[in-house]
Amino acid sequence: MSAVTLSNIVKRFGDYTAVHQMSLDISEGSFVTLLGPSGCGKTTTLRMIAGLLDPSEGEIAIKGKRVNDVPIHKRNLGLVFQNYALFPHKTVAENVAFGLNYRNVGKEDAKRKVAQALELVQLPNLGGRYPKELSGGQQQRIALARAIVIEPDVLLLDEPLSALDANLREDMRVELKRIQQSIGVTTVFVTHDQTEALAMSDKIIVMSEGRVEQIGAPEEVYNTPASEFVAQFLGASNLLAANCTGVSGNDIAVELPGFPHIAIPKQRAPKISAPGPVRLVIRAERLVLKPAGTVDTDGLSVDAVVENVDYQGQSARYFLRVGEHQLQAINMIDDHPLPTGSKVTLQFRAKDCAALPVEARS
Amino acid sequence: MSIEQREARQPWILLAPALTAIVMLLIVPLVFIVVYSFWLKSAAGADTPGFFLDNWQEALTDPFYRDILLNTLKIAAITTLVCALLGYPAAFFIARSQGNKVVLLVLLMLPFWISYIIRTMSWINILGVSGALNSAMIWLGIINEPIQMLYNETTVILGLVHFLLPFMVLNIFVSLDGIDTNLEDAASSLGATRWQGFLQVTLPLSLPGLAAGGLLCFVLSAGTYITPVILGGPRDAMFANLVYEAIIRQLNWPLGSALSLLLLVVLGVLVIIYNRYLGMAQLAKGLG
Repeated sequence: MSAVTLSNIVKRFGDYTAVHQMSLDISEGSFVTLLGPSGCGKTTTLRMIAGLLDPSEGEIAIKGKRVNDVPIHKRNLGLVFQNYALFPHKTVAENVAFGLNYRNVGKEDAKRKVAQALELVQLPNLGGRYPKELSGGQQQRIALARAIVIEPDVLLLDEPLSALDANLREDMRVELKRIQQSIGVTTVFVTHDQTEALAMSDKIIVMSEGRVEQIGAPEEVYNTPASEFVAQFLGASNLLAANCTGVSGNDIAVELPGFPHIAIPKQRAPKISAPGPVRLVIRAERLVLKPAGTVDTDGLSVDAVVENVDYQGQSARYFLRVGEHQLQAINMIDDHPLPTGSKVTLQFRAKDCAALPVEARS
Repeated sequence: MSIEQREARQPWILLAPALTAIVMLLIVPLVFIVVYSFWLKSAAGADTPGFFLDNWQEALTDPFYRDILLNTLKIAAITTLVCALLGYPAAFFIARSQGNKVVLLVLLMLPFWISYIIRTMSWINILGVSGALNSAMIWLGIINEPIQMLYNETTVILGLVHFLLPFMVLNIFVSLDGIDTNLEDAASSLGATRWQGFLQVTLPLSLPGLAAGGLLCFVLSAGTYITPVILGGPRDAMFANLVYEAIIRQLNWPLGSALSLLLLVVLGVLVIIYNRYLGMAQLAKGLG
């Protein structure tokens, strides 16, 4: 059964359309991420599900029931904000118990539920503190406890990790996923961080300029981007102008100057059905730098020169020149990164490439 | 001079002009008034310096002064209450309005461009016997004879509310404007109606502004002198008018000093009590 269904949702603010004709089906118990840059409509979509905004067109259903006219306080949703939004004048326990006051929960029962929720977020002893006495990470856990204690039909998370610093963010990511799985609540997560989306989601909805670019499992979205936008937004991708010279049963043949002939598996180029110009997508992590002249029998290789190096500790991002093309490659560093000017052989596999139709530039 | 020494002196150098002004214009005159309150007025004209408790005895025991003091505090309390009730919705509206907040705030400040006395006197043109309201009601046939609406306690309160409402609105506005709107959204997502969310979250968080505005309105109206003169009747004198009477009319500076100090002490004590129970620090406790 689907927990949330959006049917042809449109949201306009005056002349500006924030969300175009969006349809979406979120199945019970799943973790779904709305991913996109700021202004792509992901938060607007979340706020429409929450009932903080009314859709201009279309229908929203929660557990099969139309909720367009149901006010937010009757939707039974858990909402977690980027800035935590804890009530500063109430203690942690009062914050967590807030939603229970509006449900028929007895005093003893409420106490037990609050304790359970605090236990679940691993902060069992902070009930008497005020929010300002807690760290950012602790505040976000309390906000999560407050949202889940009411046993919501859907948990809505609006960039809950963005205000935390990098290390804490990664811990909270794992923690959030653990909590979500342990209670099995349907979760809609909004983020602009592709790493969070890939790590946590069962399904990712990539959005751009109010439109859905792609819906799919993390691996699907990562490996087989449906558009140039998705290819570029998720990780570092090289997009190269190429030519499709033939479509056969299992793969498509792609040629581009300076490169060997590439036979891309059909499932990596679902939108290419006829020869013509295409865009070749190769992930930066899939290009392997080898000493110049290395020959590999089962892969493809091309000669390149290192133009620039972006050192990142365990890995390095290389900016490379291959004939007229500029490419990026992200490789683990064994010892030292290769110096600028090095001549290398780039190796990659045809099955790691993808092809997209050429998009009309707007 | 070492850097530490220079840094230690810096705040005092920066504070010097303000401290000089406060000492010369507030502390020194106040000391004069304290000293004066123990002198005696003599029929001959020149006051008798010394340490006499006569003025204080008169100020503290005469029921005339006591009644007017209590009435002054009552008028101040009513004014504060009316300002709070009228000001809160207005402040809420301004804080929640999108985009034109600045325009609304400028409109709120606009009356300050006109002298307080002129604004107070404008009520005479509105409520007077030949004022706008009476003329309109006669023209509409509601009344035949003009009604005397001026020169009573109600018009004094009306004038004070007119004068003090912007202070109240501004104080509440500042408080409300600082509240994260996500808090109300969070409250509604947890099942609270808008009204419940307001009572549980927004109202308590705006109390510091309400308290500050209330204190300001109370102290300013308790010390008012002009409004009862312009809009009050002969029996609507407030305490500051008594001080004026004593000093300007009767030229009894010692008694006037004692009376003005009495008002100062009473208001000071009320402010301390207010701070104790509705104190800003107490209310701001939960705010990060």
